[in-house]
Amino acid sequence: MKFMLLIHNRPGFVEDLSDAERTELFGEVDALMAELTASGELLGGEALADPTQTRTVRVRDGVPAVTDGPFVEAKEHFAGYLLVECDSTERAVEIAGRWPDARYWAMEVRPVMTESGTEM
Amino acid sequence: MSADAHVEGLLRELTPQVLGVLVRRHGQFDACEDAVQEALLAATVQWPVEGVPDSPWGWLLTVADRRLIDHWRSERARRNREERLAAQAPADEYVSPAPDDDAVGDRDDTLTLLFLCCHPALTGASQVALTLRAVGGLTTAQIAGAFLVPESTMAQRISRAKQRIKAAGGRFGQPAGPEPMERLGAVLQVLYLIFNEGYTAGSGPDLLRTDLTAEAIRLTRAVRRLRPDDGEVSGLLALMLLTDARRAARTAADGELIPLAEQDRSRWNAEAIREGTELVTDALTWGPPGPYQLQAAIAAVHAEAARAEDTDWPQILALYRLLDHLSPGPMVTLNRSVATAMVHGPRAGLELLDTLAGDDRMTGHHRVWAVRGHLLELAGDREPARAAYREAARRTTSLPERRYLEIRAARVVDGG
Repeated sequence: MKFMLLIHNRPGFVEDLSDAERTELFGEVDALMAELTASGELLGGEALADPTQTRTVRVRDGVPAVTDGPFVEAKEHFAGYLLVECDSTERAVEIAGRWPDARYWAMEVRPVMTESGTEM
Repeated sequence: MSADAHVEGLLRELTPQVLGVLVRRHGQFDACEDAVQEALLAATVQWPVEGVPDSPWGWLLTVADRRLIDHWRSERARRNREERLAAQAPADEYVSPAPDDDAVGDRDDTLTLLFLCCHPALTGASQVALTLRAVGGLTTAQIAGAFLVPESTMAQRISRAKQRIKAAGGRFGQPAGPEPMERLGAVLQVLYLIFNEGYTAGSGPDLLRTDLTAEAIRLTRAVRRLRPDDGEVSGLLALMLLTDARRAARTAADGELIPLAEQDRSRWNAEAIREGTELVTDALTWGPPGPYQLQAAIAAVHAEAARAEDTDWPQILALYRLLDHLSPGPMVTLNRSVATAMVHGPRAGLELLDTLAGDDRMTGHHRVWAVRGHLLELAGDREPARAAYREAARRTTSLPERRYLEIRAARVVDGG
């Protein structure tokens, strides 16, 4: 099953960490990425730019309106994602729990839809 | 058949034979498997241009053998390896096969390779990937495309699977003592997984994926040639043929799933149904049936009904009871509850479905909700049926299934 692990945090929170905490955080990310690559579970992932760089687009009555800033204004934002394929939801949750942002903020585990289907 | 398709078919046929000889000669399944892949790639490039060599098998073996030796040389282990090889291999094995030497010998290594690829130390996904490459002769890129993952991910899975086999002491050769039933069982399970991956992909633009059904059927036929007396091998082949026979009728042009009862049966593949029915009818006379034979028999009963309302549900229910006795499981109970509803009425089916409530494996499974919706609809309980369909639609991770369930939820109240 494919899962998207959504990383939620507060923009720039890394700045507030001590050097030791920062080093630990990046080390954890590197180690987990290496493990997921070696196990063949990692399918992809991206980090997103600071939310201030967001353009939100709305079209009303055929007229597009573009505003600066995210769709939902909040202290926290959607910072990036990992795409993994795992044998179970439990495994996906375990991976999410080891991503450091889960400790400070939160990770969301969401199943990815497939085009396959069985007639009933 | 185009020249390219001919070459590809030939290469895939020869893959396990060449790999088998190489592994028997040198040991080291992982290195040999890489060498065969390189030889296959070389042939894919050269044969369509220069023509198929007189002895395709000998050509592949020679090229793969050279690649293997080159590889060992470049590892700077040349002296050690060659000394060991010289000590192991009979002198005549250094002679490349003559151009007319097409004989593969009296051994067919396909089954031995399948046992290795379906090694119990591997996950199901790894068994599938390795089987398709080492026995099916597919490239890593093709397998990655069929399973919709990046090629680098698939390459990593295959190389890890080979390391695992090595670490677990998996060796090429006949296992000591009689062939354990579980080994063949694991192979059949992997072949069925490959089949389902292709079948559920539907008839859309995903040609690479739907090709997996043809590949699974081809490999199961190969196993059947080697184990013609095994009822479950015949049963699985029959089940695949009878299921695949419905492929053209199972989706509408827009990709919407069409349930069995509403399929246009004139679009079912009559030849596949004939072959599948014959296979399972024959196998059932050999002795106590296994789960694949029973599932094939159920598929055959569905297939023989010219219209959905002609379906012999009492017979299907009897077969599900046998299956439940032989290999009980929540999916069997689920299907049995549908058959029960068709014979004894929807309330009886719902009663049986309720027994799944305490089963952790099925709690929240979308198919339980889908069947509940169907049985409630049959019972005339429209609102609860709609709620169940909606719950099923929320829980499935399949887009076509979600579409189908949402439409059912809408129609059950409109009476459409």
